Amino acid sequence: MDDLYREVIIEHYKNPSYRGSLDPHDISFEDENPLCGDHIRVDLRIDANGIVTEAAFDGHGCAISQASADLLLESIIGKSVDQVKQLKKGDVMDLLGIELGPVRLKCALLPLKILKAGVYGLGEATDDLVEAE
Amino acid sequence: MTFFNVEKIRKEFPILGQEVRSGVPLVYLDSTATAQKPAVVIDAMDNYYRTTNANIHRGVHYLAEKATSEYEAARLKIANFINANKPREIIYTRNTTESINLVAQSWGRSFLKQGDLIILTEMEHHSNLVPWHMLAQEKDLRLEFIPVTEDGELDQVVYDRLLDEGPKLVAFSHMSNVLGTINPAQEIVRKAKLAGAVTLIDGAQSVPHFDVSVKELGVDFLAFSAHKMVGPTGIGVLWGREELLNAMPPFLGGGDMIKKVLLRSFIPNELPYKFEAGTPAIAEAIGFGAAIDFLNSVGMDNIATHEHALVQSALIKLKTIPSLQVLGENAVNRGGVVSFTLAGIHPHDVAQILDQYGIAIRAGHHCAMPLHDKYGIPASSRASFYLYNTEAEVDHLVETLHKVTEMFA
Ligand SMILES: Cc1ncc(COP(=O)(O)O)c(C=O)c1O
Repeated sequence: MDDLYREVIIEHYKNPSYRGSLDPHDISFEDENPLCGDHIRVDLRIDANGIVTEAAFDGHGCAISQASADLLLESIIGKSVDQVKQLKKGDVMDLLGIELGPVRLKCALLPLKILKAGVYGLGEATDDLVEAE
Repeated sequence: MTFFNVEKIRKEFPILGQEVRSGVPLVYLDSTATAQKPAVVIDAMDNYYRTTNANIHRGVHYLAEKATSEYEAARLKIANFINANKPREIIYTRNTTESINLVAQSWGRSFLKQGDLIILTEMEHHSNLVPWHMLAQEKDLRLEFIPVTEDGELDQVVYDRLLDEGPKLVAFSHMSNVLGTINPAQEIVRKAKLAGAVTLIDGAQSVPHFDVSVKELGVDFLAFSAHKMVGPTGIGVLWGREELLNAMPPFLGGGDMIKKVLLRSFIPNELPYKFEAGTPAIAEAIGFGAAIDFLNSVGMDNIATHEHALVQSALIKLKTIPSLQVLGENAVNRGGVVSFTLAGIHPHDVAQILDQYGIAIRAGHHCAMPLHDKYGIPASSRASFYLYNTEAEVDHLVETLHKVTEMFA
């Protein structure tokens, strides 16, 4: 029962480490899930070697989308922008450690979509950014 | 009053007996989105395809005659159900949404002109907003909205003021699919008529849940969907006053809706066929007829009384959860819908955890984004009740919501 709400998810939802904003930042991008109105903004700082040094997110949404954002940002600190561009759905699933149906999958993948749209400098976070490899 | 036995009623709905996971029975509290179907409806459609299937109206063979007469028999049942004068005032559509679009595109486009005022309300479903947005853009119409008060009711003072501005149309939902508020439709219509406006009622949530009589309401148009009243998806109704329907141009063009077609012109068919272009949802119409028979056999007054008891009990029991806020809690007249928020917990999480306990509720904006904006929230959780729900299910809901709050405590 309640496998979806593993303690780690509730914990990251209630006490996120990366909630906030970065000013100045090198990349900032926000978008929302039109189905449920979940909204997330991601700010990144990137050093001269193209490495993510700091990251922050803000917005509102369900525990799954917010925990996913926190876990995702934690995982990309120290990674290169190129590595971030390679991230896919499977990476987020590994971070969350849960199985999700099609509706909640959208919540879980929203942060990654927004992160990738940001690093690619796209105007919009689309599903094909995170579809299976 | 016929005897109402909820356990007996539940047995008529094959889907309700199941477990969603081993040991977890289904508790279906999402009938506002769509209702479950009794075996008689499923059987009527199955039987139609097994024994009667044929295209209707122009056939002269045995099956075509039989299919046509069953399709038209359903229309008569529907007309009687809403106390309409004539079956030809019943236009089959796909759903409430299409019915409202039909009025906007046929009546609205022909009879409204630049600067005309349409009065809607802040509690409308998107299906009674967007068709008017589209028409207003095209024809430069003015839209005004009756506000929703803190109690979840329509502000009659503002309505009276808006009526002074000479509206051409007043269109509103009979019962809110979010707040559950049952609006004083007869009074709203009466005032609109005095102001010279045409009236449309979105009956998507009223016709399934209590006795609705177009004669008593005095309204001009009524839209509703079969799938919310234990009938199939894919079929709905626009009822309209015959004079109005006669004056309106056709909506979609094609087969069935014509009397005569020349190479460069056509003469439209008479009512109701004028508005029913192409092969309609025949099996669905027959299923709809079976749904009406079923509801009549239970009794609409019995259904309304049962739902009223469930929702009143739910409202009292939900008060045991301090962090829970009901939307439009104090509406005096309300049907079997409760929308709520739990402090610090997103509705999607609420719905997902309830699902683990077999409870189906809905989370989101329920196609009423402006109403949620008004309350300053992006989404809410909604439990809704119908004739097959039980007091034990209400208790299960409340107990499980306690568990949800504990998980996030
Ligand atoms: C008040 C109200 N109006 C209109 C609709 C639209 O009904 P349909 O999707 O069947 O067209 C609904 C359904 O959710 C509703 O609750």
